[in-house]
Amino acid sequence: MNPERGTDSGANAVRAGGASSDGGARSDADRSNAARADETAAPPAPELPARVPLAAALQQTLALAWRSLVQIRHNPWELGDYSIQPVLFLVLFLYVFGGAVAGSTDDYLAFMLPGMIVMNMLFVTVYVGHGLNTDLTRGFFDRLRALPIARWSPLAGRITADLVKQAWSIVLLLGLGIILGFRVGTSPLHVLAMFALLLAFALSFSWITVLIGVIARDPEHVQLFGFTALFPVTFVSNVFVPVETMPAWLQPLVNANPVSILSDAARGLLVGGAVLQPALWSLAWALALTAVFAPLSVFALRRRLSG
Amino acid sequence: MTAEAIYAEGLVKRFGETTALAGVDLSVPTGSVLGLLGPNGAGKTTAVRILSTLIAPDAGRARVAGHDVVRDAHRVRQVIGLTGQYASVDEKLTGLENLFLIGRLLGKSRADARSRARSLLTRFRLDDAATRATKTYSGGMRRRLDLAASLVGQPRILYLDEPTTGLDPRARLELWALIRELVDSGTTVLLTTQYLDEADALADDIAVIDHGRVIASGSPEALKARVGSRTLVVRPENPAHLDAVAAVVTELAGAAPEVEGGRVSAAAVGTDVLPAVVRRLDRDGIAVSELVLRGASLDDVFLALTGQPTVPTETDDEP
Ligand SMILES: Nc1ncnc2c1ncn2[C@@H]1O[C@H](COP(=O)(O)OP(=O)(O)O)[C@@H](O)[C@H]1O
Ligand SMILES: [Mg+2]
Repeated sequence: MNPERGTDSGANAVRAGGASSDGGARSDADRSNAARADETAAPPAPELPARVPLAAALQQTLALAWRSLVQIRHNPWELGDYSIQPVLFLVLFLYVFGGAVAGSTDDYLAFMLPGMIVMNMLFVTVYVGHGLNTDLTRGFFDRLRALPIARWSPLAGRITADLVKQAWSIVLLLGLGIILGFRVGTSPLHVLAMFALLLAFALSFSWITVLIGVIARDPEHVQLFGFTALFPVTFVSNVFVPVETMPAWLQPLVNANPVSILSDAARGLLVGGAVLQPALWSLAWALALTAVFAPLSVFALRRRLSG
Repeated sequence: MTAEAIYAEGLVKRFGETTALAGVDLSVPTGSVLGLLGPNGAGKTTAVRILSTLIAPDAGRARVAGHDVVRDAHRVRQVIGLTGQYASVDEKLTGLENLFLIGRLLGKSRADARSRARSLLTRFRLDDAATRATKTYSGGMRRRLDLAASLVGQPRILYLDEPTTGLDPRARLELWALIRELVDSGTTVLLTTQYLDEADALADDIAVIDHGRVIASGSPEALKARVGSRTLVVRPENPAHLDAVAAVVTELAGAAPEVEGGRVSAAAVGTDVLPAVVRRLDRDGIAVSELVLRGASLDDVFLALTGQPTVPTETDDEP
């Protein structure tokens, strides 16, 4: 990475070799003098690496993921966005609609909690685009791009951090649901599979918010745009209400909505029932979204950065 | 390495209809400071962005420490530090976390990254604010942190894009001192500025840029010699004394001054003229309401070089 560090450690290695060959005759004082001389003398120009090694790129991604997460420490309200908001939603929907939709809050909880988790997962992905746009408009992205780091690590770092936030809000909602009376009707393995499926879907769905983040003028527009688009998509689904209760013309739309399909898969994995078909369809959707939006996002980002 | 730390030839960059750079040549010898001086919209930031690998030129080429900025961008990034026009630190992180992050990105161990961050914070007098989110920092503190952030990797070549624009005079002098320290330790610096006095104070060479072209270059002395470094302005309290004041200034400055609007002004005077004029006017009992020795401004430079004052193009730029 850093040329100075590179030569330093090289010089150390040579010194260590020298010391052992003369039987450690040189005193410690000599050695530390030599070390000091090496630091001040201009090192011979090292051949700089032409590209970032993969291990270094992964480490950079982790450092940037750490950065996104540590931001929360100084901005606690952000934690509220992926904690308090879903909790409020869950409690409100449960007690206001529960009786009307399912006859009892317990039955409604079993139906609605998996969908609620899916919906919240989608909303959390908006923060990927929001954060990216903040970096682009405030100039931090340029600071990163002028560093000798992998070109993809800033984006990968954001998405990695997002997965941690996703896992956190799934645990939160599931935990609260259990406190309120939700019973997992499957096995721990099924629950793990639900995590994996939702995170995989979040990963692919993030590309849409990345695209919004690249195109939008400022972070506020990302949020406005993201949430405005997500509300109809999540409400015209079977997250809150069984599809059978909807008008016939709406039902095909609701059934085709990937949010419904993913909610069905989550229900199957948490409560019991059909799993394989909705899970496979969810994965197919994830692949399709990635295939479309990943190249579009990268293209849009390149365009924005070149001007 | 080559003797030229930065070398650019015929750089052209267009943004739609705007030609930001119309063929810029630059050359900065290793260990020296180049001041890129020009008004708003001249193309300074565009040049810096090309030289720091952020954008590619439409034509021309540039080498930094011998590496091509387009074909060998990753190598260029390993030897440069960039402090952009707008302080670009993460506002949601503390000063310490910002510098630690960059250390980690440069491949330092946790311990090394932390100690490097701490020593930079001390050097830039940000110790007290080290654990506060940077959104609470003042403009001067943010600038200092921004500069510190570009020094984490000990770059051999440093770009400073209008480092003091928007700072109060005290913060400005503080930043100048920090820049001088860096230069003394052998860092090559490319500095952009809108102020002649800043280029004069910091640069070994100045390139004056306007409308995407370098219209003059040379040492600050050579440039000032062309411009006339200082203007003496005297306004007598009583307009009847104008002629007497003009006579005194003619004698002491050695050239006929301009008399206009109740003021006498003489261009290109030395620093010793002012006290001499003060003593003489005092002796002759002539009271003055205004007496200044004004440094040449960017406007003076442009007036001398192009015969036109700086034309404000567009007000602000950045995408
Ligand atoms: N990303 C951009 N898109 C469109 N025009 C730009 C862009 N960046 C700079 N410009 C234009 O290019 C010219 C030079 O800008 P810039 O290099 O920022 O000047 P300076 O830094 O000297 O103020 C200006 O007219 C500016 O409006
Ligand atoms: Mg600029």
